[in-house]
Amino acid sequence: MGILEKFRESKFSKMIKKVFGKSHAKIGIYGPPNVGKTTLANRILRDWTGDIMGSVSEVPHETRRAKWKNNIRINNGGSSLTMDLVDTPGIATKIDFKEFMNMYGMNKDDSRLRAKEATEGVIEAIRWLDDIDGVVLVMDATQDPFTQVNVTIIGNLEARNLPILIAANKIDAENASPATLKSAFPQHPVIPISALTGYNTENLYTMMIKEFGKKRHKKRR
Amino acid sequence: MAKKDGGIAFNLISHQKLEHLSSSDKLKYILNEVKEGRILVLEHGLTPTEQTKLIEHTMKEINHDTFIGIEIGGYENEKVGFFQRVFGVAKKPRMTVIGPAHLLKMVHKDNDMIETTIIPGKGAS
Repeated sequence: MGILEKFRESKFSKMIKKVFGKSHAKIGIYGPPNVGKTTLANRILRDWTGDIMGSVSEVPHETRRAKWKNNIRINNGGSSLTMDLVDTPGIATKIDFKEFMNMYGMNKDDSRLRAKEATEGVIEAIRWLDDIDGVVLVMDATQDPFTQVNVTIIGNLEARNLPILIAANKIDAENASPATLKSAFPQHPVIPISALTGYNTENLYTMMIKEFGKKRHKKRR
Repeated sequence: MAKKDGGIAFNLISHQKLEHLSSSDKLKYILNEVKEGRILVLEHGLTPTEQTKLIEHTMKEINHDTFIGIEIGGYENEKVGFFQRVFGVAKKPRMTVIGPAHLLKMVHKDNDMIETTIIPGKGAS
């Protein structure tokens, strides 16, 4: 073990982190359905642990229960962050089982079950907000960012004084416009990424260490 | 669904009507009205915390044959200045439209305009 590593593991280093910032944070991946939350969670886990979080699908509400992995350590040069990563179900204001039938060819029973589980998933995602220290809010860079779900999540996190990173996902798509997202939410860092290809995720990790390592006093709601 | 004379009810709600209600009563009132098929335009909308609660309550109320959820659109909360923040003045919610998702569809929303449409076949034509 090198001198630097010995220092990082030392009680003195832990004491410094305790005073000046967080070394362990619970980070939630949030966003509307089908923006690539689980794809990003899988990317982070693959890059740092070799594991995956869950299955992905083009059918919305594939993740209907929150999933999490503990003690994921990400590094960037001399800085690191150890986090518990929570992949949450997509938050929506409406869920129509007929959409699963008409747009994705699912049968009626499966569609109804998926819709029912999806409503429970939204509730679970909202409840997790009480228990997290920071959020990666995933948005689809090919879509209009001014949705009420995005605005509501951001407003809620701001009220709780939780740090937010906006991951402008799917920038590998032809019609992606991360600049639109940046102008829509200038008060928060927006990082254009492709969770699918891994493009610019290094930059996301750097920002995660920087933003989620800060000491903050979150407000309970 | 509350159709009057074949039309769709739009209720413009003054802030005085809701300001004396607790958050919980406010959300109950809004959700009951929307479930009845009414579209509400609130002069002062909901705080982000109330909006999140409204989504949570909506999910509990979804009945896949009669109520598929809500459509909601509002302007960002009014910004408050430094001194107002110091004296604990909260951001004020601004005008918000809320309706049943089977009737109301958000077309576009930005800082200056919320564009909605009534879904054809639900009383629009």
